[in-house]
Amino acid sequence: MGEFGLNLLPALPELFLICAAMALLMVGVFRGPTGREAAATWSPAHADNARGISWAAIAVLVIAAFLVSAQPVERITVFAGMFVGDAFAGFAKLLILVGSALTLVMAIDYNEREKMARFEYAVLILFATTGMMLMVSANDLIALYLGLELQSLSLYVVAAFRRDSLQSTEAGLKYFVLGALSSGMLLYGVSLVYGFAGTTTFPGLAAIVADQAAEPALGLVFGLVFIAAGLAFKVAAAPFHMWTPDVYEGSPTPVTAFFSVAPKAAATALLVRVMIEPFGPLAEQWWQIIWVTSVLSMGLGAFAAINQTNIKRLMAYSSIGHIGYALVGLVPGDETGVRGVLIYIAIYIFMNVATFAVILCMKRDGKMIERIDDLAGLARSQPMVAAALAICMFSMSGIPPLAGFFSKLYVFLAAVAAGYYWLAVLGVLTSVVAAFYYLRIVKLMYFDEPAPAFDRPLGTGVSVVLAGTSLFTLLFFVYPAPLLGAAAVAAAALFGG
Amino acid sequence: MLIQALCFYLFSAILIASAAMVIAARNPVHSVLFLILGFFNAAGLFVLMGAEFLAMILVVVYVGAVAVLFLFVVMMLDVDFAALRSGFLRYLPIGGTIGLILLGELALIVSAWSFAPEAASAAQLPIPDPGQMTNTHALGLVLYTDYVYAFQVAGVILLVAMVGAIVLTLREREGVRRQDVGRQINRTREQSIEVVKVRTRGGA
Repeated sequence: MGEFGLNLLPALPELFLICAAMALLMVGVFRGPTGREAAATWSPAHADNARGISWAAIAVLVIAAFLVSAQPVERITVFAGMFVGDAFAGFAKLLILVGSALTLVMAIDYNEREKMARFEYAVLILFATTGMMLMVSANDLIALYLGLELQSLSLYVVAAFRRDSLQSTEAGLKYFVLGALSSGMLLYGVSLVYGFAGTTTFPGLAAIVADQAAEPALGLVFGLVFIAAGLAFKVAAAPFHMWTPDVYEGSPTPVTAFFSVAPKAAATALLVRVMIEPFGPLAEQWWQIIWVTSVLSMGLGAFAAINQTNIKRLMAYSSIGHIGYALVGLVPGDETGVRGVLIYIAIYIFMNVATFAVILCMKRDGKMIERIDDLAGLARSQPMVAAALAICMFSMSGIPPLAGFFSKLYVFLAAVAAGYYWLAVLGVLTSVVAAFYYLRIVKLMYFDEPAPAFDRPLGTGVSVVLAGTSLFTLLFFVYPAPLLGAAAVAAAALFGG
Repeated sequence: MLIQALCFYLFSAILIASAAMVIAARNPVHSVLFLILGFFNAAGLFVLMGAEFLAMILVVVYVGAVAVLFLFVVMMLDVDFAALRSGFLRYLPIGGTIGLILLGELALIVSAWSFAPEAASAAQLPIPDPGQMTNTHALGLVLYTDYVYAFQVAGVILLVAMVGAIVLTLREREGVRRQDVGRQINRTREQSIEVVKVRTRGGA
């Protein structure tokens, strides 16, 4: 019989988020337009309602972030060991909340302009965020899958959120079908592992796996491979990346921005936890999978992006490449490596949000434009926006002293320290190739004949987010200690037990 | 005992036969009907094993909801199965090869399958005596205590599914006659009944 005295404190941020999301859902329904107007695709009443609910959701995300940072650092498990609260989860949750809040701020104006403002958007983002937080706190294969599904299901819906656009619905459907396939692979792996070990809890698996480390059973390794493939799908690492460019291009731009930050951070943190905690002793088996996906992602991200003409597709390939670099830190499977991954993801979130803020500014005569050539001569018409994008592009290609340089530095340092010189060399080579398309954008903006200027004003939300994130990218090197320290504590928490 | 064995063979034989018919039937509506027959027989097998809760769930959820939904979908969407099968021969070689490779790999695992030494004890949950406690009671005891987290998160997932379905599909359509309960109740006799004098042999 179970434990009845539940200690809910470690799950307080998640409980708060779920309750707030449901409350906002109710408020949105009863405050919004009723009757026939409610079913209309768009009306001014929808937009009013959506604006209010979105700002409330942003406040909820901020409060949840405070609740997360108020959590104790030591490791506590609750809900009969299914949910774990530790410093690693706390760090990842803060990243997820920041990513969600920033992209939600950017979405408000866009959704109104594009006549797709409905309050459910903010509510679904809240549910997706909760799912991601449950993922990084999972301490059991069942909890892992439930968190993942809560996240994915919300993401499928927001991908198709502009339901009158063929592209958006196609993106949603494609994401749904391929996401279901990856969930199937993951579940198949989970069932194989359960069939072998007879338990789904991470500590239980870790104990059983540790006994078998020298000569693991075939079924266990098969299960591990399927789980790794399913998770690689979720982080969009090559060769499981096929859905990414189409989904990124088809989804509404703020949704793409959201996809490229929060779910990435959550899935990467989950992958790290699953590989280190239950399957840590099997590192010999999984490091090959991780390095192959890492190298393939870096290569694909560098070479496939060169020919792109659509900026959202370019960002999709760029995100695949970045996941490759982040996974370099996981290959050694040690504490410095995990710290590198966490730093990488944190900085990547800020760079990516800034880049998408610029993409959201790309509007001419009231219509969104997405071609890279449209950025030509931006430095003359909008020098500040061009400067911000230039900072991001330099940072993404890893040029010192911008933040992106440090993120690459820490993962490569970890790889070198563990003796994987060739991996670091491959990483540096592919980032040189990738620098070509990042710097081409800078060249377009500063040296090419100007294309007609974009519409103004940009909108307060987007401008503030753009300024904040690009300043972070630019000035990270001045005072990097807080992030580095927090990442070190988080990584240590994973190896503490 | 004899009756139990007879029931077992009866249920299993019908189950296997109807499962085969689900794939073999040409008419998709027949397939779904065979599926329902299969569900009922599987439920019978569960009852034989003393798992009455699973049997009821199978009937209520799978027959009552899932299969009926299938039936609706099959009948409402005009799926042209002949067209769906047209590429069958073309894709047979590659699909068959992949299937065979997967089958070989699975055979490899099954033949080399081993359990972790601790697995047996880990999997051995205390099973309450069926004479003392019903299935439903026993499941409820763990579902709302040890697995309350999974149970609640599953609930949230279903809520998201509902919200998503409404967001993506609820839309204004022209020419739909909606029911307005207030108007229906507020109607008076004078508004709805008109007394017409009909001339004999003249028609209305």
